[in-house]
Amino acid sequence: MSNNRVVQWFKYASPQSFYPLAGRMIPWFWALAAVFGAAGLWISFFVAPTDFQQGEGYRIIFIHVPAAWMSMFIYLVMAAWAGLGLALNTRLSGMMAQALAPTGALMAFLSLWTGAFWGKPMWGAWWVWDARLTSALILFFLYIGFIALQAAIDDPRRADKAGAILALVGVVNVPIIYFSVKWWNTLHQGASVSLMKAPTMAATMLWGMLLMALAFWMYSIAVALMRVRAIILEREAHTDWVKELDEVRS
Amino acid sequence: MKSMLAVIRRDLLLAMRRKSEVLTALFFFVIVVSLFPLGIGPESALLRKIAPGILWVAALLATMLGLARLFAPDHADGTLEQMALSPSPLGLLIAGKIVAHWITTGLPLVLLAPVLGIQFDLDGGALWILVVALLLGTPLLSLIGAIGAALTLGVRGGGVLLSLLVLPLYVPTLIFGAGAVESHIAGMGAGGHLSLLAALLAVAVFFAPWATTAALRIALE
Repeated sequence: MSNNRVVQWFKYASPQSFYPLAGRMIPWFWALAAVFGAAGLWISFFVAPTDFQQGEGYRIIFIHVPAAWMSMFIYLVMAAWAGLGLALNTRLSGMMAQALAPTGALMAFLSLWTGAFWGKPMWGAWWVWDARLTSALILFFLYIGFIALQAAIDDPRRADKAGAILALVGVVNVPIIYFSVKWWNTLHQGASVSLMKAPTMAATMLWGMLLMALAFWMYSIAVALMRVRAIILEREAHTDWVKELDEVRS
Repeated sequence: MKSMLAVIRRDLLLAMRRKSEVLTALFFFVIVVSLFPLGIGPESALLRKIAPGILWVAALLATMLGLARLFAPDHADGTLEQMALSPSPLGLLIAGKIVAHWITTGLPLVLLAPVLGIQFDLDGGALWILVVALLLGTPLLSLIGAIGAALTLGVRGGGVLLSLLVLPLYVPTLIFGAGAVESHIAGMGAGGHLSLLAALLAVAVFFAPWATTAALRIALE
């Protein structure tokens, strides 16, 4: 009995049955993203107290920290899909990895961008060669490399597999890069600035950040599902079931 | 093992017959390194400080030049497919090709680097550390680069794409390689950096031929 239930879940590994499922899930994730986003923004703008050291400028962390978390997390998820695709040879896994990459790159870029905005008033510099900043930048480069490699290969199955190997090589390298950059910096000089916040963070600040992180999470899922639907339509355009879809026929 | 040696011998022979490719990368290295003092100015204190970084960045770029040609000619004339079909494991043959690539592009850089280091007023001890660091680091560059070369085999705009994929992965090698010389100059000893380089090399020797082989099989499908 339970075995049958597992098998029933496996059917969503086929693009044909995943396409409508994704379509049903997308509005829910958008709604959740809106709810969490509204609550998180309300807390971060009106409830969270002004930081006595950093003034109002600190409020950008409510965007910055969730974006940085998502950029790292999405890379892991992408590599997991890629590995699954290589191991089980499922088509949907490669599509998911491909659909996640632009969102991850966006998050990495957003975290660098908001970090620069935060750094200018707080540190007096748009950019410092801090370990975290540098490894975030390299993570952004890894995303760009993944997207560029997939875009350069015409055969989608080969693009999936080549991208999967690159994502797995990248995921092995991310911790190595992080620690090498960290030691590089600390060997030169004591870190003059640290991204670690003041030891005690007001509970409302933490709540605002967590809610914003959830909102980013839901947004990423919703966007990735929309993108994977587009990829499915594009790749399966020759099949009958796609031709019979309402949105395709109209 | 014998087949691996045969691949190494064959690739070295091919490189010797077409010396220009090897020498181009080598002169590229020399020219890039010599351009920096022209752009920055001849103060020897500054040059001594930036010498390890410059030599290492130039070594990264020079290694990149040869990478695009690592598998492409064999792919074009079908040798690579024969290798994939041969009874000896493809991973070993690919490892042989990587070793040959290192001997033709990495090793000359190692031998030439001290001469260029003298131009930057590095002292004897620092030159030694530079040579040891390059000796550990350049095989790492060949190993990591081979993955990128296999992934971009026969792909549109492969050369540019290759650098986009591989250069971010070279960051740890660059940091520890240049860091070894810098910390020696600063009087902190280079042991830690060199050990980390050797550790990275050990990991790469194990995983890189394997990942390269997987990427090549995809390209050959």
